[in-house]
Amino acid sequence: MKFTVERDLLADAVAWAARSLPVRPSVPVLAGLLIEAGDIDGTEGLRLSTFDYETSARAVLNAHVSGEGRALVSGRLLADICRSLPNKPVEFTIEGAKVSLTCGSARFSLQTLPVDDYPSLPAMPTASGTVDADLFAHAVAQAVTAAGRDDMLPVLTGVRIEIDGSSIALLATDRFRLAHRELTWNPMTPDVTAAALVPAKVLADTAKSLASGSQISIALSAGGSGEGIIGFEGQAGGGVRRTTTRLLDGEFPKVRSLFPAEHVTVARVDKAALVESVKRVALVAERNTAVQLAFADGSLTLDAGSGDEAQATELIEASITGADITTGFNPQYLLDGITALESPVVELAFTQASKPVVLSGADSIDGDADSDFRYLLMPRRLLS
Amino acid sequence: MRAEPTILHLDLDAFYAAVEQRDKPSLRGRPVVVGGVGGRGVVATASYEARAYGVRSAMSTREARARCPHAAYLSGRFDAYRAASALVMEQLRRLSPLVEPLSLDEAFVDLAAGDALAGTADVATVTAVAERLKADVHEVTEGLTASVGIGSSKLIAKIASDLRKPDGLVVVAPGTERDLLRPMPITTIPGVGPATAERLRRLGVHTVADAERMAVDELVALLGRAHGEGLYRLVRADDDRPVVAEREAKSISVEDTFDSDVVEQRMVDALVERQATKVVGRLRAAGLAGRTVTVKVRLHDFSTLSRSTTLPAPTDDVRTVVALARTLVHEVDTAGGVRLLGVGISGLADWIQEDLFGALGATGDPGTGSADPAVDAPADGDPAAAPTTEDAADIEAFTVARPWPPGADVHHVDHGDGWVWGAGLGRVTVRFETRRTGPGPVRTFASDDPGLSRGHRAEGGASDPPPASG
Repeated sequence: MKFTVERDLLADAVAWAARSLPVRPSVPVLAGLLIEAGDIDGTEGLRLSTFDYETSARAVLNAHVSGEGRALVSGRLLADICRSLPNKPVEFTIEGAKVSLTCGSARFSLQTLPVDDYPSLPAMPTASGTVDADLFAHAVAQAVTAAGRDDMLPVLTGVRIEIDGSSIALLATDRFRLAHRELTWNPMTPDVTAAALVPAKVLADTAKSLASGSQISIALSAGGSGEGIIGFEGQAGGGVRRTTTRLLDGEFPKVRSLFPAEHVTVARVDKAALVESVKRVALVAERNTAVQLAFADGSLTLDAGSGDEAQATELIEASITGADITTGFNPQYLLDGITALESPVVELAFTQASKPVVLSGADSIDGDADSDFRYLLMPRRLLS
Repeated sequence: MRAEPTILHLDLDAFYAAVEQRDKPSLRGRPVVVGGVGGRGVVATASYEARAYGVRSAMSTREARARCPHAAYLSGRFDAYRAASALVMEQLRRLSPLVEPLSLDEAFVDLAAGDALAGTADVATVTAVAERLKADVHEVTEGLTASVGIGSSKLIAKIASDLRKPDGLVVVAPGTERDLLRPMPITTIPGVGPATAERLRRLGVHTVADAERMAVDELVALLGRAHGEGLYRLVRADDDRPVVAEREAKSISVEDTFDSDVVEQRMVDALVERQATKVVGRLRAAGLAGRTVTVKVRLHDFSTLSRSTTLPAPTDDVRTVVALARTLVHEVDTAGGVRLLGVGISGLADWIQEDLFGALGATGDPGTGSADPAVDAPADGDPAAAPTTEDAADIEAFTVARPWPPGADVHHVDHGDGWVWGAGLGRVTVRFETRRTGPGPVRTFASDDPGLSRGHRAEGGASDPPPASG
């Protein structure tokens, strides 16, 4: 194996593929990054692959290949090296059990891992449709805000993707809040319906890393039984990037019915003012306090802290329709929801103080509501 | 550091043992050891008579018995200690509203925040205030003595209180702090434990004066930034830490020490689950919820480990706490046997984060709706992890306190108030005396004697709570 490659192309592709390397690999070869040089999908170049039996990543890039071949090297070490190389062409050659890497005056010799022990990566399923890369990245970032991080409830660490014709719904919940994002895409078959539960962290990383391209193609394996996988293909750093990940097992709870059908109070507040204000009042009580929100007389009063500790209060302008209401929230959950909104104005819709609030965006205080993203948040319950 | 000696540190002398000697006249002037009396017990406090034989706090009771076999070994009456402590703290609060209790028997007082000094903080005035305090403590507690140190900082006050124990009083005049510290071993400085002392010793640093000669950079390189800079200042008696008034309970916890090591994982799980359930019960009784769950494990070799995890929001849900506590205890390798287990909750709050699915009941609940905490084992848990009923009796054997712990207050219908002198083989021996009677007679009963009950009946006697393993 022998090839020469542009430093920036290589560094970007290696960094991308190395993202999904396992921190503590169950077998040593999984810490490896597979380099294949030769005719890749009909073009002379390289394919870099990583796999941890859950998630696979493949990056394709152009290179001048003078000898075909493949080698497995420590992915983390290669990523560290590539990041710090000078901006000069990088030359790779395999010499016995070592890979030699030369860039300008720098020279590295890397131990190879047994390439024959490396598992074969799952095949990319057939594409189901395409979506605008930037739109998808934003939508996923919004949805994963509410995803669970508790490994004891694995189902809730996923984002449910529901496909119905040209619309995609993303749903995530950690039991305390629920995020729901709707977006449109271009399915291969117009009447397609499908659903998948994708690990939230992988989905978020993937969507973000492919945001710079124009389109992402989504591929869902048709097989309804067990080993479902989902694949994403996009462009980044001048080459094709493909990721597959195993779908989560288990039944995602029926969550759409949690959104209340009617609202008693609807308030609109400037988003930036609300974020600043929640952050300020939440400072007082060592993160163990809830923030109380009282909507009355055209204003929102925020309170935090209790009698024995520091207290904070702040009043901001609000446009209120319906009855006065006072309730309270975990400040972090509230901030997560507000900051996930992309509109300049936040709409908070309540039924009762003890029932969840629906956060959504609006383009102005009396303008149109934006219902593409909704964040449902359960309030705090006072114990005494 | 202040210009005037206005920080007072009070330390009750051999506190638990002193309370025992006060309430048990026959033990006055004799060695008394309070602590765990079982096979795994550790000394909490030794009376000065027992210290003469080399018995020290934190020593295993087994070793203490070897050094001083004729001491009275008592298991402790925390209600009595709490009552005595409350009387002392009340005296301190009469001096100043700014009192910072460190434990039941120790507190800082900021005299400058009160009016006890009437504006003059010279050595003579503060000495007079301290003399009166010591006399008042002795009177309200019916005989306990305290050692008091006063200085221009917490550091100096605390060191001073230790200089002339017991019943001591040392006021360090402003300006003499560094002269006082210089000849002292470096371990006198708070925060210099065995590990730090060893690192310093390798550089030839034994006393405060030795450390004073080290540059701040050297100390930082040796001990890290926070610790190094802190030590640099403390050896110069430079200490601005304020006295912080007592805050409400910051955590609720349950701990059990076992007479024999618990080896089986299943039993460890069952015990942790039981403790977590008990902690949540206390949490709820106090109308609180908590964010941080901590599990404490002392292994067979006495090494003590803590593992904790913090939730994004407070909870008072027993299933959540049990599941977290179990996961945490699994992070510790307990295969060699466990002598102590504890579960605690901190980050206390007066609210909980409600569950979106709670309103729906079991439908739509993603696998958390079971009422039985045992069913909510970690997803990868094996079925054997759930305790079975046959384990229940074993758990009892590990955790039920002795019904007649030595030293406990008891009452007999015919003989009146006394304390457990010893128990075993179906018998319990009681000495009938109280703090006001003088030494009394010893009698033995069957341990199920219906006339015998825990606690005192007479006025003024401290009473014990029912047996509890907490």
